[in-house]
Amino acid sequence: MANSILQVENLVKRYGDVEAVRGVSFNVDEGEVFGLLGPNGAGKTTTVEILEGLRDPDGGRVSVCGLDPQRESDALKHEIGAALQSTSLPDKLRVMEALRLFASFYKRGRKPEELLKRFGLEEKRNTFYNQLSGGQKQRLALAMALVNDPKVVFLDEPTAGLDPQVRREIYDVIEELRREKKTILMTTHYIEEAERLCDRVAIGTPRELKAHSGGATRIEVRLSKPESNGALKSLEGVSDAREVDGTYVLHSKRPPQTIVSLVKHLEADGNELVSLEIATPSLEDVFIEMTGRRLRD
Amino acid sequence: MSNFASLTRTRIQLALRNKMFFFFSVVFPLGMFFLYAGIFARSNPRAVSYFLGPVIAFNVMGSFWGLSATLVMFREQGILRRFHVTPVTATDMLASSLLANYVLTLPTISIEVFLARFIFHVPSLGNLLSLAVLVTVGTVSFGSLGLVVASVTNTMQETQVLNQIIWLPLIFLSGATFPLAYLPNSVQHFGLFLPATYLVTALQSALYQSFSVSQLMIQILALATWAVLTFFVAAQLFRWEPEARIPRNAKLWALATALPFLLLGAWENTNGDILKQAQSAFHSLERPANSDQPSKAAQ
Repeated sequence: MANSILQVENLVKRYGDVEAVRGVSFNVDEGEVFGLLGPNGAGKTTTVEILEGLRDPDGGRVSVCGLDPQRESDALKHEIGAALQSTSLPDKLRVMEALRLFASFYKRGRKPEELLKRFGLEEKRNTFYNQLSGGQKQRLALAMALVNDPKVVFLDEPTAGLDPQVRREIYDVIEELRREKKTILMTTHYIEEAERLCDRVAIGTPRELKAHSGGATRIEVRLSKPESNGALKSLEGVSDAREVDGTYVLHSKRPPQTIVSLVKHLEADGNELVSLEIATPSLEDVFIEMTGRRLRD
Repeated sequence: MSNFASLTRTRIQLALRNKMFFFFSVVFPLGMFFLYAGIFARSNPRAVSYFLGPVIAFNVMGSFWGLSATLVMFREQGILRRFHVTPVTATDMLASSLLANYVLTLPTISIEVFLARFIFHVPSLGNLLSLAVLVTVGTVSFGSLGLVVASVTNTMQETQVLNQIIWLPLIFLSGATFPLAYLPNSVQHFGLFLPATYLVTALQSALYQSFSVSQLMIQILALATWAVLTFFVAAQLFRWEPEARIPRNAKLWALATALPFLLLGAWENTNGDILKQAQSAFHSLERPANSDQPSKAAQ
C-alpha cells in the first residue's frame, strides 16, 4: 500500500530457541488506529519495540514512516512518539520538567503548556512524578508521547493495571487522538478496548501473530436433516463450517452469496432450513475462532 | 538546548532533591574532613595540609558509588527505556551524568579547602591549578569506573557488592586512609597498581608540597588516559533495558580498564619515584612543626 505509514512483512524475532514473533505481517495507514490484540506473551511488545527501533528483528521487513528502524533509528526517533510498557521517570522529576526535558530532545514539537492543559495535568505541573496517581502517570506518559508531534504514536498496553474509571479516562484521550487523525499503533489484551478504540485489529497468540482485518460473518443455521460439514464448507464464500449441538456454524466473508448458495444446496438435497441467524462476530468470537482460546487468562 | 546540556541540568536538579545525595556528598565528606583535620592532624596546620589530599581524594573517588547506583536504578526502573525511544544517545546519557557529578563535587571540595585555610589556618594551599586538574581527571575517571560497574552488574545488590570489592582496596591500600608510607612495604608496592594511589599521592603533593602540573604529569596523564578508556568501555557496555543481557565479552572490557595502572604500576615499581615522594612527604611531617615549608627534597 502506497500510503501505509507502517509496514510489517513476515516479521520474525527469536529469543534463543523461542520464537517470540513468527511471521507477522500488517500495514497501518495514515490516520488509522491499529490494534495488536493478544494475551500476555503474544509478542505484541516485541513487535512494537522492533518498530520503534529498540530491538533488531531476526527476519522479515519493517518500515516506519519510510525508514528502516534498524538502520535509520536516529532519524526514526524524531518521527515517533511512544508510551512504553513498564517505564517510569525519576521520582523527584516534576511533571512540567519532564515535559520540558523530553521536548528539548526534538527539533519540532508541541508546547509543553498546551500538552499539560490537554491532558488535564495543569494542576499537577509542579508535582513530583512519585506523587502522581496511576492515571496521572499514564496521562503524563501519553502527553510525553506527543511532545514531538510524532507521525506515529506507539501505545503499549496504555491501560494495563489501571482501574476501570481511570481506564475510561485514558480511552477518552485516545479517542480524541483518533478524531485528530493521529496514526496510532496500540497493543492491548482487553477486547473492549480494541473494539472501542481501534479501526482495525490484528490478533496474536504466542504461536502466531497474524494480520486479520475484521472477522468473517457468522451464520448459524438449524436444518431439518443432518448435513455433512464438507458439503457446507464447499458453499460459496464459506471459510469454515462446523456443527455445534445440532446447529451448523458457517463463517463467511460474503454472507449474501453464502446464503443464496446454501438455500440452493438444501433445495437440491431435499433438506429444509429450520432457523437462520446472522451475526457480525465480536472480536472475542474472532479471537476464539482463530486461536481456540479465550483472551483473558 | 542540546540533549547533553538538558540532561545534565536535570541530573543536577534531581541530585539536589535527593537526601541520600546530600548525605553522601556533603555531610559525610565534611565529617571525614573534620575527623582527619581535628583528630588525626590534631588541628596542626601542616598535618591538616598533609591530610587534605586524602580527604579530597575520598570525595573524588566517591563519585563512582553515586554514578553506578543511579545508573542501575534508572535501568532497573525502566527510566532508561523511556529515554531509549527518544533521540538521546548512550554517550549523552553517560557524559551528562559525569558532568553533573563533577559540578556537584566541586562545592564540597571548595568548602574543605576553605575550612582548611580559614578554620585550621593552613598557611599555604599549595598549587591550586594542580588541585583543579587532579579533581577534574579524578572525578571523570572514577565516575566512569562507576558507569562500567553499572553495566557489568544486573541488580542493585550486585552493584553494591562490586562497589565494596573495588572501594575497600582503593581506600585502604592507596594512602587514602592510612598514609602510604605508613603501610607495610609490600602493600606500598601493591598500591602502585591502583589508580587511587596516584590520585591520593598527587593530591597530597599538590596541596602539601605545592607540586605543579608539570611535576605531576605522570599521575595526571595516567588518570586522564584511564578516564578516556573507562568512559569508552562504559559506552560500549551501556544497556538501556533492564532485561538486556550483559554482552559476553563484557568482563574482558571491564578488565581492560585495569590495564593502564598495571603497566604504570610495573614501571613505577622498578623505575619510578612516586613511592619515594610519598615517603619523604610522610617523614617531613615528623619534623618540628615550625621548620619552614614542607620539604621538596623528593623531587
